[in-house]
Amino acid sequence: MNWCTESMVSLGRWGVDTVRVMGRATLILFLMLSRGGGGQGAFFPLLVRQVYVVGVLSLVIIAVAGLFIGMVLALQGYNILVGYGTEQAVGQLVALSLVRELGPVVTALLFAGRAGSALTAEIGLMKTTDQLASLEMIGVDPLRQIAAPRFLAGVISMPILACIFSMVGILGGALIGIDWLGIYDGSFWGNMEQAVSFADDVMDGLIKSVVFGVVVSWIAVFQGYESMPTSEGISLATTRTVVYSSLAVLALDLFLTAVMFGDL
Amino acid sequence: MTENKDNFIEIRGLSFGYGNKVVFDGVDMDIPRGKVTAVMGPSGTGKTTLLRLIGAQLTPDAGTVRVDGQLLSSLRRDELFHLRARMGMLFQSGALFTDMSVFDNVAFPLRVHTGLAESMIRDIVLMKLQTVGLRGAASLMPAMLSGGMARRVALARATALDPDFIMYDEPFVGQDPIAMGVLVNLLGSLKKALGLTSLIVSHDLAETAAIADVLYILANGSVIASGRPDELQNSDDPQVTQFMKGLPDGPVPFHYPAKDYSEDMLGESA
Ligand SMILES: Nc1ncnc2c1ncn2[C@@H]1O[C@H](COP(=O)(O)OP(=O)(O)OP(=O)(O)O)[C@@H](O)[C@H]1O
Ligand SMILES: [Mg+2]
Repeated sequence: MNWCTESMVSLGRWGVDTVRVMGRATLILFLMLSRGGGGQGAFFPLLVRQVYVVGVLSLVIIAVAGLFIGMVLALQGYNILVGYGTEQAVGQLVALSLVRELGPVVTALLFAGRAGSALTAEIGLMKTTDQLASLEMIGVDPLRQIAAPRFLAGVISMPILACIFSMVGILGGALIGIDWLGIYDGSFWGNMEQAVSFADDVMDGLIKSVVFGVVVSWIAVFQGYESMPTSEGISLATTRTVVYSSLAVLALDLFLTAVMFGDL
Repeated sequence: MTENKDNFIEIRGLSFGYGNKVVFDGVDMDIPRGKVTAVMGPSGTGKTTLLRLIGAQLTPDAGTVRVDGQLLSSLRRDELFHLRARMGMLFQSGALFTDMSVFDNVAFPLRVHTGLAESMIRDIVLMKLQTVGLRGAASLMPAMLSGGMARRVALARATALDPDFIMYDEPFVGQDPIAMGVLVNLLGSLKKALGLTSLIVSHDLAETAAIADVLYILANGSVIASGRPDELQNSDDPQVTQFMKGLPDGPVPFHYPAKDYSEDMLGESA
């Protein structure tokens, strides 16, 4: 076979594989959602426990990252704006950047690294050690018992974490802007309050983080579920979760931003 | 084919493969109700695969599996899960839930499938753990158990719901002689007390022959012999004698299919 046909063949195979993976991923998403409610045993305690593991345990990294990013934004913004004599606008600069973009996006990236990878590794190891198979043999659906609570916990946690990220970031910005750089606090907060609209900026940011929550949790659960049952397979799946979710989040962010703010 | 009420499980014309690798090719097997059936065979012949086919975790490429008269391939999902609640399975690796204590592992099937009060569940769990000699280990986490202990906990979990049918994948591996003796007695007494149907996969000829009513020997994708253990021990079929006496050379190959040994070793330089 010459070079040309070979690359055609591998392109075709890649296409078929991609469609197959998408199909399986969609099926798993559908089954998780449709079986989440019914079945044996209470679902709510499983969900609460996962919200704790996935969400509450991610709080520290999210809050610390938010604080630093808010501070850096204030510093950089001040340095540029002070040249135009408009340093009072630092408040709105920090708030808008966080609420519209950095809050949802950076939270999703950190979440993929902190919680998504852990989800994949946990589910993958359960598969490798036959725990998923033994759930099935006990007559319990692992999609409902294991996958669905983790997925939903991710979807619930992400918007809350993104809000916390933005809030802490704004506080960090205020710390730098008001207390360190000496911006008059009345104009810092006043400008911010005028510039940020709840219906547009806050809601759009929230919608973004819900979308990211769905995508990252979906990828993480799917990769764990489909991982090869070996130690190498788990490490591959974990890497894939972080890479795929990060790329998906960045690409979706561009798309959502274009729709929301670009009059597309 | 009509089904026989005396058989808990009937397998007919079963074929299965992983990708291109054929594991079973037209296997017929009956597992009689209320008896202990043992399946033996060289490592890698598909004994674990057989258990997964019976548990409907894998789907046959051809042929049928009937469990208690029900055709597995015709069951709806909820019917299947209902049927599985009546089966216990002891996995080769134990497969305990690593995020739960020993106690919660054994309690899990009870909590899921019965509406029993927690005090009742506690009694049953401790009783089950007592029979495998691990009541004292109830509060340990699975990571703190040895391999043999983990498998005994898994046995307690598999029997928690007092199933009608249990599959054991190599229950005797990694057990010291005392635990082994206890397990052999336990498996035998489960049958007597509960009228339980059991399927044991094992390599331990002596122990298995002692408790098994029927013995199947699998090799090369099909059943090469079946019958009562004493019949097989006195059989003059060379395939059977090789297996029962543990001889490396004979009709049953010890090696995974490969090209000629000397050719393979010389292949690098050639
Ligand atoms: N997931 C899989 N994918 C591909 N091949 C597999 C898979 N699982 C098992 N096999 C192959 O199927 C064959 C049967 O495997 P199985 O685990 O059923 O053997 P076994 O009889 O239980 O062996 P052992 O006594 O060592 O436990 C083996 O040759 C193995 O290589
Ligand atoms: Mg096996």
